[in-house]
Amino acid sequence: MSRREAHAPVGSHGARNRRQGRSPGQWIIQIFGELLITLGLLLVLYVAWELWWTNIDANRKQDQAVGNLFAEFDGPVAPAPEPAADGPDYGDPAVLPAIEEEGRTFAVVYIPRFGDTYSRPVTSGVGTAVLDSLGLGHYPSTAMPGEVGNFAVAGHRQTHGQVLDAIHTLVPGDKIYVQTKDGYYTYVYRNNQIVLPDRVDVIAPVPTQPAAVPTERFLTMTSCNPRFGAEERIIAYAVMDSWQPLSAGPPAEIAPQVANNAEGAG
Amino acid sequence: MYGWIFRSLPGPLWVRILTALVLIAGVVLLLMTWVFPWFSEFSFLSPLTDSTIEGS
Repeated sequence: MSRREAHAPVGSHGARNRRQGRSPGQWIIQIFGELLITLGLLLVLYVAWELWWTNIDANRKQDQAVGNLFAEFDGPVAPAPEPAADGPDYGDPAVLPAIEEEGRTFAVVYIPRFGDTYSRPVTSGVGTAVLDSLGLGHYPSTAMPGEVGNFAVAGHRQTHGQVLDAIHTLVPGDKIYVQTKDGYYTYVYRNNQIVLPDRVDVIAPVPTQPAAVPTERFLTMTSCNPRFGAEERIIAYAVMDSWQPLSAGPPAEIAPQVANNAEGAG
Repeated sequence: MYGWIFRSLPGPLWVRILTALVLIAGVVLLLMTWVFPWFSEFSFLSPLTDSTIEGS
Protein backbone atom coordinates (compact mmCIF):
# COMPACT_ATOMS: atom_id res chain seq x y z
CA MET A 1 0.00 0.00 0.00
CA SER A 2 1.55 3.27 -1.07
CA ARG A 3 1.71 6.28 1.20
CA ARG A 4 -0.73 8.24 -0.95
CA GLU A 5 -3.40 5.55 -0.62
CA ALA A 6 -2.86 5.31 3.12
CA HIS A 7 -4.08 8.85 3.37
CA ALA A 8 -7.00 8.35 1.00
CA PRO A 9 -10.28 9.72 2.37
CA VAL A 10 -12.52 7.26 4.20
CA GLY A 11 -15.61 6.18 2.25
CA SER A 12 -16.69 4.10 -0.70
CA HIS A 13 -14.52 6.07 -3.07
CA GLY A 14 -11.46 5.36 -0.98
CA ALA A 15 -12.29 1.66 -0.66
CA ARG A 16 -12.48 1.37 -4.44
CA ASN A 17 -9.13 3.05 -4.83
CA ARG A 18 -7.58 0.61 -2.41
CA ARG A 19 -8.98 -2.43 -4.21
CA GLN A 20 -7.77 -1.32 -7.60
CA GLY A 21 -4.42 -0.26 -6.29
CA ARG A 22 -3.30 -3.66 -5.06
CA SER A 23 0.25 -4.68 -5.76
CA PRO A 24 1.03 -8.07 -7.38
CA GLY A 25 2.20 -9.34 -4.00
CA GLN A 26 -1.17 -8.60 -2.46
CA TRP A 27 -2.97 -10.39 -5.29
CA ILE A 28 -0.79 -13.45 -4.78
CA ILE A 29 -1.50 -13.45 -1.06
CA GLN A 30 -5.22 -13.04 -1.69
CA ILE A 31 -5.36 -15.91 -4.19
CA PHE A 32 -3.24 -18.11 -1.94
CA GLY A 33 -5.60 -17.40 0.94
CA GLU A 34 -8.62 -18.24 -1.15
CA LEU A 35 -7.02 -21.49 -2.25
CA LEU A 36 -6.45 -22.42 1.39
CA ILE A 37 -10.10 -21.68 2.17
CA THR A 38 -11.09 -23.84 -0.82
CA LEU A 39 -8.90 -26.69 0.42
CA GLY A 40 -10.50 -26.47 3.85
CA LEU A 41 -14.00 -26.58 2.35
CA LEU A 42 -12.99 -29.55 0.17
CA LEU A 43 -11.80 -31.49 3.22
CA VAL A 44 -15.04 -30.79 5.08
CA LEU A 45 -17.01 -31.88 2.01
CA TYR A 46 -14.92 -35.05 1.70
CA VAL A 47 -15.69 -35.98 5.28
CA ALA A 48 -19.38 -35.30 4.61
CA TRP A 49 -19.18 -37.55 1.55
CA GLU A 50 -17.46 -40.36 3.45
CA LEU A 51 -19.66 -40.30 6.55
CA TRP A 52 -23.00 -39.37 5.03
CA TRP A 53 -23.24 -39.58 1.25
CA THR A 54 -21.68 -43.05 0.96
CA ASN A 55 -24.39 -44.40 3.28
CA ILE A 56 -27.23 -42.98 1.19
CA ASP A 57 -25.61 -44.30 -1.97
CA ALA A 58 -24.86 -47.78 -0.58
CA ASN A 59 -28.28 -48.15 1.07
CA ARG A 60 -29.96 -47.46 -2.25
CA LYS A 61 -27.78 -50.02 -4.08
CA GLN A 62 -28.33 -52.60 -1.35
CA ASP A 63 -32.10 -52.16 -1.49
CA GLN A 64 -31.88 -52.74 -5.22
CA ALA A 65 -29.75 -55.85 -4.74
CA VAL A 66 -32.21 -57.26 -2.20
CA GLY A 67 -35.09 -56.48 -4.56
CA ASN A 68 -33.39 -58.19 -7.49
CA LEU A 69 -32.59 -61.25 -5.40
CA PHE A 70 -36.16 -61.47 -4.12
CA ALA A 71 -37.38 -61.55 -7.70
CA GLU A 72 -35.63 -64.97 -7.92
CA PHE A 73 -37.11 -66.24 -4.67
CA ASP A 74 -40.19 -68.39 -4.73
CA GLY A 75 -42.03 -69.01 -1.48
CA PRO A 76 -44.73 -67.72 0.84
CA VAL A 77 -44.04 -64.68 2.97
CA ALA A 78 -46.60 -65.57 5.63
CA PRO A 79 -44.80 -66.64 8.79
CA ALA A 80 -44.26 -70.33 9.37
CA PRO A 81 -46.17 -71.77 12.33
CA GLU A 82 -44.07 -71.81 15.49
CA PRO A 83 -42.33 -75.17 15.36
CA ALA A 84 -43.53 -77.46 18.12
CA ALA A 85 -41.08 -79.71 19.90
CA ASP A 86 -42.03 -82.49 17.49
CA GLY A 87 -42.40 -80.06 14.59
CA PRO A 88 -41.49 -80.87 11.04
CA ASP A 89 -37.95 -82.06 10.55
CA TYR A 90 -36.53 -80.70 7.34
CA GLY A 91 -33.42 -82.85 7.54
CA ASP A 92 -30.01 -81.57 6.56
CA PRO A 93 -30.08 -78.01 5.23
CA ALA A 94 -29.93 -77.45 1.50
CA VAL A 95 -26.68 -75.71 0.58
CA LEU A 96 -26.06 -73.42 -2.37
CA PRO A 97 -23.20 -74.42 -4.68
CA ALA A 98 -20.07 -72.33 -4.15
CA ILE A 99 -19.92 -69.12 -6.19
CA GLU A 100 -16.65 -68.45 -7.99
CA GLU A 101 -17.34 -65.05 -9.51
CA GLU A 102 -17.15 -61.93 -7.38
CA GLY A 103 -20.08 -59.58 -7.01
CA ARG A 104 -23.06 -61.94 -7.10
CA THR A 105 -25.68 -61.32 -4.43
CA PHE A 106 -26.98 -64.65 -3.16
CA ALA A 107 -28.44 -64.18 0.32
CA VAL A 108 -30.15 -61.74 2.66
CA VAL A 109 -29.25 -61.42 6.33
CA TYR A 110 -31.75 -60.36 9.00
CA ILE A 111 -30.56 -59.34 12.46
CA PRO A 112 -33.48 -58.19 14.64
CA ARG A 113 -31.05 -56.83 17.25
CA PHE A 114 -29.97 -54.22 14.68
CA GLY A 115 -33.58 -53.10 14.20
CA ASP A 116 -36.86 -54.58 12.99
CA THR A 117 -36.21 -53.52 9.43
CA TYR A 118 -32.59 -54.64 9.26
CA SER A 119 -32.02 -56.73 6.16
CA ARG A 120 -28.86 -56.63 4.10
CA PRO A 121 -27.69 -58.45 0.99
CA VAL A 122 -24.76 -60.88 1.05
CA THR A 123 -22.58 -60.75 -2.06
CA SER A 124 -19.72 -63.00 -3.09
CA GLY A 125 -16.26 -61.53 -2.57
CA VAL A 126 -14.72 -59.09 -0.11
CA GLY A 127 -13.20 -56.59 -2.56
CA THR A 128 -13.85 -52.89 -2.18
CA ALA A 129 -16.35 -52.93 -5.04
CA VAL A 130 -18.52 -55.42 -3.13
CA LEU A 131 -18.14 -54.04 0.40
CA ASP A 132 -18.58 -50.41 -0.62
CA SER A 133 -21.91 -50.90 -2.31
CA LEU A 134 -23.37 -54.38 -1.94
CA GLY A 135 -23.59 -54.91 1.79
CA LEU A 136 -21.97 -57.91 3.41
CA GLY A 137 -19.19 -59.61 1.46
CA HIS A 138 -18.77 -63.38 1.59
CA TYR A 139 -15.18 -64.55 1.99
CA PRO A 140 -14.47 -66.76 -1.03
CA SER A 141 -13.64 -70.38 -0.17
CA THR A 142 -15.50 -70.25 3.14
CA ALA A 143 -18.70 -72.27 3.59
CA MET A 144 -22.08 -71.29 2.14
CA PRO A 145 -25.09 -70.72 4.44
CA GLY A 146 -26.11 -73.95 6.14
CA GLU A 147 -22.94 -75.76 5.16
CA VAL A 148 -20.79 -77.52 7.77
CA GLY A 149 -17.88 -75.18 8.31
CA ASN A 150 -17.69 -71.41 8.55
CA PHE A 151 -19.94 -69.06 6.58
CA ALA A 152 -17.78 -65.93 6.90
CA VAL A 153 -18.78 -62.42 5.87
CA ALA A 154 -17.27 -58.94 6.19
CA GLY A 155 -19.07 -55.61 6.43
CA HIS A 156 -18.38 -51.94 7.04
CA ARG A 157 -18.73 -50.63 10.58
CA GLN A 158 -18.87 -47.04 9.32
CA THR A 159 -19.58 -45.49 5.91
CA HIS A 160 -20.88 -47.23 2.77
CA GLY A 161 -24.12 -48.34 4.44
CA GLN A 162 -22.35 -49.24 7.73
CA VAL A 163 -23.98 -52.66 7.67
CA LEU A 164 -22.31 -53.85 10.89
CA ASP A 165 -22.33 -50.57 12.82
CA ALA A 166 -24.14 -52.18 15.76
CA ILE A 167 -22.11 -55.41 15.83
CA HIS A 168 -20.97 -54.73 19.41
CA THR A 169 -24.60 -54.62 20.64
CA LEU A 170 -25.27 -58.31 19.89
CA VAL A 171 -26.15 -60.31 22.97
CA PRO A 172 -25.44 -64.07 23.22
CA GLY A 173 -28.58 -65.89 22.09
CA ASP A 174 -29.53 -63.26 19.49
CA LYS A 175 -30.82 -64.74 16.25
CA ILE A 176 -29.16 -64.07 12.94
CA TYR A 177 -31.27 -65.19 9.98
CA VAL A 178 -29.85 -65.91 6.55
CA GLN A 179 -32.20 -66.34 3.60
CA THR A 180 -31.16 -67.89 0.29
CA LYS A 181 -33.25 -69.24 -2.57
CA ASP A 182 -33.22 -72.59 -0.72
CA GLY A 183 -34.42 -71.54 2.69
CA TYR A 184 -33.98 -69.75 5.98
CA TYR A 185 -31.00 -70.58 8.18
CA THR A 186 -31.22 -69.50 11.81
CA TYR A 187 -27.90 -68.85 13.49
CA VAL A 188 -27.52 -68.01 17.18
CA TYR A 189 -24.93 -65.44 18.19
CA ARG A 190 -22.42 -66.76 20.67
CA ASN A 191 -19.61 -64.28 21.35
CA ASN A 192 -17.32 -61.70 19.88
CA GLN A 193 -13.61 -61.14 19.86
CA ILE A 194 -11.35 -58.22 19.01
CA VAL A 195 -8.27 -59.21 17.04
CA LEU A 196 -5.54 -57.73 14.85
CA PRO A 197 -6.30 -57.51 11.11
CA ASP A 198 -3.99 -60.39 10.14
CA ARG A 199 -5.79 -63.09 12.18
CA VAL A 200 -7.00 -65.11 9.21
CA ASP A 201 -7.77 -68.07 11.48
CA VAL A 202 -11.01 -66.42 12.62
CA ILE A 203 -12.56 -67.43 9.30
CA ALA A 204 -11.17 -70.99 9.41
CA PRO A 205 -13.79 -73.80 9.09
CA VAL A 206 -13.63 -74.00 12.88
CA PRO A 207 -12.97 -70.39 13.90
CA THR A 208 -9.53 -69.86 15.47
CA GLN A 209 -8.67 -73.57 15.10
CA PRO A 210 -7.22 -73.87 11.58
CA ALA A 211 -6.33 -77.55 11.94
CA ALA A 212 -9.69 -78.75 13.28
CA VAL A 213 -12.21 -80.59 11.13
CA PRO A 214 -15.61 -78.88 11.39
CA THR A 215 -18.73 -80.71 12.56
CA GLU A 216 -20.81 -77.61 13.22
CA ARG A 217 -22.20 -74.82 11.03
CA PHE A 218 -20.66 -71.50 11.99
CA LEU A 219 -21.35 -67.95 10.93
CA THR A 220 -18.57 -65.40 11.37
CA MET A 221 -18.88 -61.68 10.76
CA THR A 222 -15.87 -59.38 10.63
CA SER A 223 -15.85 -55.60 10.80
CA CYS A 224 -13.47 -52.84 11.73
CA ASN A 225 -12.73 -51.81 15.26
CA PRO A 226 -12.84 -49.34 16.90
CA ARG A 227 -15.72 -47.50 15.25
CA PHE A 228 -14.29 -44.83 12.94
CA GLY A 229 -10.97 -46.70 13.03
CA ALA A 230 -9.40 -49.84 11.64
CA GLU A 231 -6.47 -50.69 13.86
CA GLU A 232 -8.28 -53.88 14.91
CA ARG A 233 -11.12 -56.12 13.77
CA ILE A 234 -14.21 -57.06 15.72
CA ILE A 235 -15.34 -60.62 15.04
CA ALA A 236 -18.81 -61.97 15.87
CA TYR A 237 -19.33 -65.75 16.01
CA ALA A 238 -22.63 -67.58 15.67
CA VAL A 239 -23.65 -71.24 15.34
CA MET A 240 -26.51 -72.59 13.25
CA ASP A 241 -29.53 -73.67 15.21
CA SER A 242 -32.14 -74.65 12.63
CA TRP A 243 -33.22 -74.22 9.07
CA GLN A 244 -36.43 -74.39 7.07
CA PRO A 245 -37.02 -74.42 3.31
CA LEU A 246 -38.35 -71.29 1.64
CA SER A 247 -41.65 -73.08 1.00
CA ALA A 248 -42.23 -73.36 4.78
CA GLY A 249 -42.36 -69.57 5.13
CA PRO A 250 -40.09 -67.26 7.11
CA PRO A 251 -39.48 -67.50 10.85
CA ALA A 252 -42.09 -65.37 12.64
CA GLU A 253 -39.57 -62.84 13.95
CA ILE A 254 -38.52 -61.69 10.49
CA ALA A 255 -41.76 -62.35 8.58
CA PRO A 256 -42.80 -58.65 8.38
CA GLN A 257 -39.45 -57.65 6.92
CA VAL A 258 -39.45 -60.58 4.47
CA ALA A 259 -42.90 -59.48 3.28
CA ASN A 260 -41.61 -55.94 3.02
CA ASN A 261 -38.65 -57.04 0.88
CA ALA A 262 -40.90 -59.18 -1.30
CA GLU A 263 -43.06 -56.13 -1.95
CA GLY A 264 -40.07 -54.17 -3.14
CA ALA A 265 -38.90 -56.97 -5.42
CA GLY A 266 -38.79 -56.47 -9.12
CA MET B 1 -10.62 -14.95 -7.19
CA TYR B 2 -14.17 -15.72 -6.00
CA GLY B 3 -14.89 -11.99 -5.90
CA TRP B 4 -13.74 -11.72 -9.49
CA ILE B 5 -15.95 -14.66 -10.56
CA PHE B 6 -18.95 -13.14 -8.79
CA ARG B 7 -18.37 -9.72 -10.37
CA SER B 8 -17.99 -11.35 -13.80
CA LEU B 9 -21.43 -12.98 -13.63
CA PRO B 10 -23.98 -11.24 -15.82
CA GLY B 11 -27.25 -9.72 -14.72
CA PRO B 12 -28.53 -7.86 -11.69
CA LEU B 13 -27.50 -8.82 -8.16
CA TRP B 14 -30.27 -11.36 -7.47
CA VAL B 15 -29.58 -13.16 -10.77
CA ARG B 16 -25.90 -13.33 -9.90
CA ILE B 17 -26.69 -14.74 -6.45
CA LEU B 18 -28.93 -17.40 -8.02
CA THR B 19 -26.29 -18.25 -10.64
CA ALA B 20 -23.64 -18.53 -7.94
CA LEU B 21 -25.83 -20.91 -5.88
CA VAL B 22 -26.47 -23.11 -8.92
CA LEU B 23 -22.75 -23.16 -9.71
CA ILE B 24 -21.90 -24.14 -6.12
CA ALA B 25 -24.54 -26.91 -6.14
CA GLY B 26 -23.15 -28.21 -9.43
CA VAL B 27 -19.59 -28.30 -8.12
CA VAL B 28 -20.70 -30.10 -4.92
CA LEU B 29 -22.66 -32.68 -6.93
CA LEU B 30 -19.69 -33.28 -9.21
CA LEU B 31 -17.41 -33.77 -6.20
CA MET B 32 -19.82 -36.14 -4.44
CA THR B 33 -20.60 -38.37 -7.40
CA TRP B 34 -17.29 -38.41 -9.31
CA VAL B 35 -14.30 -36.83 -7.67
CA PHE B 36 -14.57 -38.19 -4.13
CA PRO B 37 -15.33 -41.81 -5.13
CA TRP B 38 -12.32 -41.67 -7.43
CA PHE B 39 -10.12 -39.99 -4.85
CA SER B 40 -11.07 -42.45 -2.11
CA GLU B 41 -9.20 -45.21 -3.93
CA PHE B 42 -5.92 -43.42 -3.22
CA SER B 43 -6.92 -41.75 -0.02
CA PHE B 44 -4.96 -42.26 3.15
CA LEU B 45 -8.36 -42.27 4.87
CA SER B 46 -9.69 -45.38 3.16
CA PRO B 47 -7.80 -47.96 5.22
CA LEU B 48 -9.74 -46.55 8.17
CA THR B 49 -12.84 -48.33 6.94
CA ASP B 50 -11.23 -51.64 6.04
CA SER B 51 -13.28 -54.40 7.62
CA THR B 52 -11.73 -57.57 6.25
CA ILE B 53 -9.30 -60.06 7.68
CA GLU B 54 -6.26 -60.79 5.54
CA GLY B 55 -2.84 -62.28 5.94
CA SER B 56 -0.05 -59.74 5.96
